[in-house]
This record gives sequence, C-alpha cells and structure tokens, in this order.
Amino acid sequence: MSSLDPRINRLELPQIPGGEILKNQEHWITYEVFHIKKRGDHPVHVGCVHAPHPDLALVFAKEQYGRRLACVSLWVCKSSDIHAFSMEDEDMFYSAVSDEKKYRDASGFKVRDKINKFKKGNSDALV
Amino acid sequence: MYGGGYIFDKLQDNQVNDDPEKLLLFEERIARGEKIEPRDWMPFDYRRQLIRLIEQHAHSEIIGALPEGTWITRAPGFKRKLALIAKVQDEIGHGQLLYSAAETLGKSRENMINDLLNGKSKYSNVFNYPAETWADVTVIGFLIDAGAIINQITNSKGSYAPYCRALERICYEESFHLKQGHEGLVFLATGTFVQREMLQDALNRWWEPIMHFFGPPDKASVHSEKLMKWKVKMASNDDMRQEFLNTYVPKIWELGLTLPDPKLKKNTETNKWEYTEPNWETFWQVINGNGPCNKERLKVRMWAEEHGRWVRDALKTNQLTQSVPLA
Ligand SMILES: [Fe+2]
Ligand SMILES: [Fe+2]
Repeated sequence: MSSLDPRINRLELPQIPGGEILKNQEHWITYEVFHIKKRGDHPVHVGCVHAPHPDLALVFAKEQYGRRLACVSLWVCKSSDIHAFSMEDEDMFYSAVSDEKKYRDASGFKVRDKINKFKKGNSDALV
Repeated sequence: MYGGGYIFDKLQDNQVNDDPEKLLLFEERIARGEKIEPRDWMPFDYRRQLIRLIEQHAHSEIIGALPEGTWITRAPGFKRKLALIAKVQDEIGHGQLLYSAAETLGKSRENMINDLLNGKSKYSNVFNYPAETWADVTVIGFLIDAGAIINQITNSKGSYAPYCRALERICYEESFHLKQGHEGLVFLATGTFVQREMLQDALNRWWEPIMHFFGPPDKASVHSEKLMKWKVKMASNDDMRQEFLNTYVPKIWELGLTLPDPKLKKNTETNKWEYTEPNWETFWQVINGNGPCNKERLKVRMWAEEHGRWVRDALKTNQLTQSVPLA
C-alpha cells in the first residue's frame, strides 16, 4: 500500500487480526472531571476521562477540559465513587419549589402593604 | 468534526417488548422538550440507534484527524502548523467526548474501537479520501467542518442529554476550525495563479464527497420517522444539505471559484438549491470499504493501538473495575 504520507509509507502497517483486539478495560476506567473557572467559583462537572489512576486522570483532564477558556483548577474522581439519586425520583424534590413551602422563602413574607396601610391610617394622628 | 451521513439500523418494531406505559411516559417527556439521562428508562431501539449514532460520530472525529494529521509536518509556515496541530488535537478530543457519551449507554470504548477496526462500525465517508495537497487541507477545514457544524448544531438539540452536552463543547471549538479553514482557503484563492489552480483542483475533487456528506436523499431513507419523534435524528439529510449549500456555495463563488456541477443554482421561486445528485453508488461502495483510503485509515488506527499498548499496560494498576460514566 502506498500512502500520500511519507511517514505512513515508512511504517510497517499491521494486518488487522479481527475479533477482540482490545480487551475490556485496556483503556482503563472513567473519572468524572470538575472544572473551576476562577478563584471563588464552585467546581462544575464537565465530563469524564479514561485513566488508570487519579494522577493521570488529572493530566488527561487538563488536555481535554483545560485546553481553552479560563481555568484555575480541575478535580477528578472515579465515576464509581459518585453516588446519586435516580432522576426517576425527581418528584421528591418538588416540595422545595412548591407554593406550600413559601414560608421557607423571602417571598413568603409581605410587609409593605401593611406598612403603607398603617402609615395612611395614622397620617392624621401623626400631624 | 464530523458526523454526516449516519447509517441507522433498520428499526425492528416487533422484536422489542418495550413496556407500553413506560414508552408513553418517555415519549411525552421528549415531546415536552425534556432531555433523557443515562439512567432513565428508554426504549430498546432508542438505545441501540443512539449507540450507533454517537459511536459513528466518535469514530469520524478520530479517523477524520488522519487526513489532516498527515499534513502537520508539511504545513506551510509556523502559524499554520500550530493551528493545524491545535485543530487535530481538538478532533481527537471530540472523539473522546463522544466515546464517553456513547459509553453512558452501555457499550465500552474498547468494544467500539474493536468494531471500528473490524469494519463493523462506520465513520463519515469523506475521510476515506486522500488529502493530496495543502489546498485539500483548507477545503477540509472550511467545507467539511462547515458541514460538520451544521450537523452537530442540529444534533445538539436532540433528546439524549450526554450527547447534547458533548456537542455543545464541540461546537464551541468548531468555530475556530471553520475560521482557520476559511482563512487558509481565502489565502490561496486570493494568491497566485498556481495557488488558485491548486485550490480549484481540490474543490473539484472534494465536491462529490461533500455532496455525499449529509447522506442519501430523504426519499431513499424510510426509517427516520420514529427517530425524528424520539429526537435522535433532528433534521432530514436533504434539509441539512440545503442549509449547507445556501450558506457556503456563495462563499466559494464570491472568490471567483467554481464548483463542478453545471446544474448547481438557487431556484429563486422555491428558495431551494438545485443540483445534480452525486453518484450514490459510489457512496455505498466507499462506505462498504472500497474507497481510496479505507484500508490505510484502519491500518494506521490499528498501528496506533498496537504501539500504544505497552504504555497502557505499563500504567495499568491492579484494581481497575469497569464503570460507566455518569453523565
Ligand atoms: Fe470535530
Ligand atoms: Fe472540526
């Protein structure tokens, strides 16, 4: 086979053996990556990398997620070390945003109307 | 880059016993515009088609880096060399992001690479053509990346969350690819006679693969209705091809260059572009392994796996247990 790329012509290109060429986990395991954009920011999940251990996961994370845009640090952790609720249970978080829990929220407390009414009712007396 | 002309499996309606109640909830969720996450229930066929789609896209990024990668050592000038290295690195990064997105659906990266090397998985057909001159690199960087951007922006509005997230990152980087491709192409187009000739020759050779890029005409594909409903396929092949022609043909013509299709023109009444259908027989020939570079591409990929193996082995630790990316 002759290629337009002289470097490829210098290689001894292999035959492709067929069947299972890569064994599972030959590309290691996955680490989840968290990106910190600037000092003071929360780390934000941006994706994952394949790596054999955390040190190399950080190296790959830098290549993959720190190549462009501001970044001051990255975190990695094994995908299998993350514990999460199932999204199927998302309804259990509903009460947090429902109107029934207004008493947890600043918007659940109204005073301006009362103050205005009070001022109006007393305006004569105050003079 | 790159994911035009996906080949989907035949949908198999009867073989799957998806729970009809769950299917209904799933379809309602998609109709509401909500995204599907990896741990959600999903129909068998949705999972299967998405793995196929995202995997093909990932392979296209990796194989797509090869025709351009061969030009790194010969790129004219230092700035162009640096830009090409950066672009090729981006493409490999896109492959990584997409493999991870496909892995959330349950197929390991190793199995995807095995299927690529064994010829079972496809990748975008354009990468089975050689980049003969530097002008080819500018045509690839401008027009093939342009096609890829149309495709990827369209897909990023789909229903599968990990794929959408990956595409968002990817599209951001593609804008640089497009710009550097355009600059390279304009440089040749506004250069000497020989430079223009070289560019015109590249355009002539790449036009058919570019017309193939978005896949066969809609009338030839019969399986897309369910995929559209599930927001796996977001636009028809012909619609994306129209969008491409509408945006980019004028950018070639304004440079006084031509495209090798005498019928190519915009119909001012229908607002649609008219063109000669490319030879779809050639398209299928190339997809099935008989293009000018299919064998070289896979062998070079195989070489890389073989020669990287000792490094991967050396870094291997004892306690690796497989896990699936979370999001
Ligand atoms: Fe890309
Ligand atoms: Fe690209």
